[in-house]
Amino acid sequence: MDDIINISSQLGRGLGITITILIASALFAYLMGFIAGLSRLSKNVFLRKFTGLYIEIFRGTSLIVQLFWLYYAIPMLFGIDLGSNWVIGVIAIGLNYGAYLSEVVRGSIISVAPGQYEAATALNMSSTQRMRLIIFPQAVRMMLPEFGNYTIQMLKGTALVSLIGLNDILYYGDILRSSNLSQAPLIYIVVLGFYFLLALPLIFATRKAEEISKKGVAS
Amino acid sequence: MSEPIVQYKDVHKSFGDVKVLKGIDLDIHPAEKVAVIGPSGSGKTTIIRMLMTLEEPTSGDIIVDGTNLWKMEKNGAMVDANEKHLRQVRGDIGMVFQHFNLFPHMTILENCMTAPINVKGEDKKEVEQRSMEMLERVGLGDKFDNYPSQLSGGQKQRVAMARALVMRPKVMLFDEVTSALDPELVGEVLEVIRDIAKNDDMAMVLVTHEMDFALDIADKVLFLDEGVIAEQGSAADVIEHSENPRLREFLSRFRN
Ligand SMILES: Nc1ncnc2c1ncn2[C@@H]1O[C@H](COP(=O)(O)OP(=O)(O)OP(=O)(O)O)[C@@H](O)[C@H]1O
Ligand SMILES: [Mg+2]
Repeated sequence: MDDIINISSQLGRGLGITITILIASALFAYLMGFIAGLSRLSKNVFLRKFTGLYIEIFRGTSLIVQLFWLYYAIPMLFGIDLGSNWVIGVIAIGLNYGAYLSEVVRGSIISVAPGQYEAATALNMSSTQRMRLIIFPQAVRMMLPEFGNYTIQMLKGTALVSLIGLNDILYYGDILRSSNLSQAPLIYIVVLGFYFLLALPLIFATRKAEEISKKGVAS
Repeated sequence: MSEPIVQYKDVHKSFGDVKVLKGIDLDIHPAEKVAVIGPSGSGKTTIIRMLMTLEEPTSGDIIVDGTNLWKMEKNGAMVDANEKHLRQVRGDIGMVFQHFNLFPHMTILENCMTAPINVKGEDKKEVEQRSMEMLERVGLGDKFDNYPSQLSGGQKQRVAMARALVMRPKVMLFDEVTSALDPELVGEVLEVIRDIAKNDDMAMVLVTHEMDFALDIADKVLFLDEGVIAEQGSAADVIEHSENPRLREFLSRFRN
């Protein structure tokens, strides 16, 4: 028991990094998801193609490789300093999940029933009003559960930032293990427990989102 | 007789290679009640969707209150209408759909209020009062706070009518508004249409398979067949006395 408390207090030191990385990269990913998702539906061909390229690149390669690219390769190749490793972690996770979320945004908007466009037109709404008042609010309800699922995945993804030297929960777990090999199983059980506890509120929020989205959408 | 509020002039419509409408000429006068009947696929829905700007004619003109709907003048030439022009002209038109198309994320009162407030910029209090009156009129005043998912099909369709009426259109289009309903709910919706037809002075175009109802309320009946108006006249003339064999054959399917 003492061991668990001891391990927990060590791991707790990484809690701040894990949580701030999660929140910042989730917000960034949501923003990218909406920007890219709407751009994919734009009339502008260049914008559509360019966003398509972004989405395919970030979905087609792994997050850890993207993280290393931003952290090691880009600063050397282009001499660009992207900021602290915290910022780089947020950018990498945000861009990666933003690519996935953009498909959720796009898919939700195009799956609003055509009858909704028609009813809005029959009430003489402009295309902007139609989007703002009718389509978008329904699409957002459909998106909520997927946004919840991806946020849970992002939480798990944050563990990768320990590889670019950020002191998150997993980082402290690794430190503990290297000084105390025999306790490795127990350490990683507590690590699991930490991530699971963090995921719990997200899991509940996602359930709630599923209920909300079942109401209030025309199919 | 008064000037027509809507005129179709040699209107054609094709979907790809399929010619659906092959020259429609039609006048709709203010306050006139027009019933459109005809076999499935004859183009009834397409005719009214073009007036609602949901479908663009392949050729011909539709004139609404003296203004060409699908064309506008630009530098002395007639060009395809842009959204601004369409919005200016279609403001006089309202439509009720087969599948209601209520906005599921809004209460039924909000369904009625959103367009007058956001599209016409009317005063919220005034719109709310008018919307409540319309909901009372269709018998749903007590449901104002409900969401569409909590209503029956017949109730949804009555809300859809209230929502269209609050916009005060000069022409109301009804596309088989009872055909998606359970038989026992058809009556309540027809009652509301009858009430509107008797008491309101807007023009109405009803696409319907309810022959007796059409006969009862329509000033004019159109029989659409193979993309043209094959027969038109008063309800009695068309439904009771026409010699057109295809019309007789069509009608016989409704009489048992
Ligand atoms: N968007 C579309 N694309 C292709 N074909 C279409 C489209 N809309 C209608 N059609 C075709 O045009 C023809 C006329 O359709 P329309 O819906 O106007 O007929 P209708 O008289 O209303 O038939 P119903 O009584 O079945 O409702 C049909 O053959 C239909 O398949
Ligand atoms: Mg039809």
